[in-house]
Amino acid sequence: MSEAAEQPAIERSAWPGVAWAVRRDLRLALRSKAELGVQLLFYAVIVTLFPLGVGADPALLRALGPGVLWVAALLASLLSLPRLFAADFADGTLEQIALSPYPLPALISGKILAHWLTTGVPLVVLSPLLALQFGLDSSELVALAAGLLLGTPTLSLLGAIGAALTLGLRAGGALLALLILPLYVPILIFGAGTVEAMRAGLGTGGELSVLGAALLAAAIGAPLASAAAVRIALD
Amino acid sequence: MSFHSINWFRFASPASFFPVAAKLARWFAVLAVPLAAAGLWLGLVVAPTDAQQGDAYRIIFIHVPAAWMSMFIYLVMAAWCAVSLTLNARLSAMMAQALAPTGALFTVIALWTGALWGKPAWGTYWAWDARMTSELILLFLYLGYMALRHAIDDVRRADRASAVLALVGAVNVPIIYFSVQWWNTLHQGATVSLTAAPKMASIMLIALMLMTFAAWFYAIAVAMVRVRAIILERERRTSWAGTLAGAAR
Repeated sequence: MSEAAEQPAIERSAWPGVAWAVRRDLRLALRSKAELGVQLLFYAVIVTLFPLGVGADPALLRALGPGVLWVAALLASLLSLPRLFAADFADGTLEQIALSPYPLPALISGKILAHWLTTGVPLVVLSPLLALQFGLDSSELVALAAGLLLGTPTLSLLGAIGAALTLGLRAGGALLALLILPLYVPILIFGAGTVEAMRAGLGTGGELSVLGAALLAAAIGAPLASAAAVRIALD
Repeated sequence: MSFHSINWFRFASPASFFPVAAKLARWFAVLAVPLAAAGLWLGLVVAPTDAQQGDAYRIIFIHVPAAWMSMFIYLVMAAWCAVSLTLNARLSAMMAQALAPTGALFTVIALWTGALWGKPAWGTYWAWDARMTSELILLFLYLGYMALRHAIDDVRRADRASAVLALVGAVNVPIIYFSVQWWNTLHQGATVSLTAAPKMASIMLIALMLMTFAAWFYAIAVAMVRVRAIILERERRTSWAGTLAGAAR
């Protein structure tokens, strides 16, 4: 432990680390725009499959709409999760990131934020258009988009834990789904519940508050758990 | 020997815990069998037939202890995971690993017996009732934990990664439970509630308690047998395990 004592005491605050990671991951993501487009297309295709499967009855589609859009959002989020760490892990960048003097949870928070900006936000923007196909009216579209806006960052945060735990494992993708989808259940319930509450005339305040609370709790806890998982994977 | 004169950390070593686990397994198995026999006899033979549900209600003597144990074992498992992460203790990780299959088994039994009871009582094997749904998700959490362990070849990494997962799951279990309950009440209102059931006869309660302790002691006994197997498998290259294998041969 003498090495630690000899190190100069560099007091690094967390925020520059977050900003650095966001900038880097955004730049990398924007260099492969096609990949981002594919994720969005996946979301649209999944949503399109449901009317083909259950029939085009407008009342049925209107009832199913919020749930279908949310389940598709969960799957799209799941599909994009390996991008979060896998490439950096494969070429050794993640090891260097873990060695940097910035706190690892801060760097991971930045990576998660960039991941949400490139995968979650486009999904939120596209969702009202897809919801129109399910016959949701304008107030329901707003409720859906608001729920997705508060819920999708939580999906990225929780997903980061799973992505870090499954780094470099066989059958990582299927395993990731098994680990993470049960943890997504509360977000799905309250997210789809936002639109249901709007329909029932209850207002969306309660559901959106719960989604916001989940986001805050996940924003604090998930980077710490992900950092622990990344360190385990790098050992 | 007083409580303080025993060095409890001695049993954190797999080598010294190995014979203790054998004794514990034997004693808890010896306790579990008569408790289960008495509980089943009271529950299936002595307890009166329910006025509303007939004899179908008797499945609760299996169902309720299994459901309780499924949740309790997850908490115990998460606690061992926390110990293994903070103290970096191998045996704690082995205990968590040994508990997971038993917890998953009780979850399956609770779901299965619940479905069998649901057919005569509710007229359907499966309803998206809040308890059933969260029990099913608990099963997925157990299976995810075991799958993650199996996917990692390095046992120490498997210990720590699955411990992180179990702790994240333990934080989520109450959230999942309450969100599922909320979701269910919004959609259809409480159709059937166990708390509104008629007050239980005391003979039934005694039978239920006996079965619960039987399930508990069974879980301890099985976990001890399993942890012995895990210890031997993992410590097979150590000299004490070699001596043991030599003596057995």
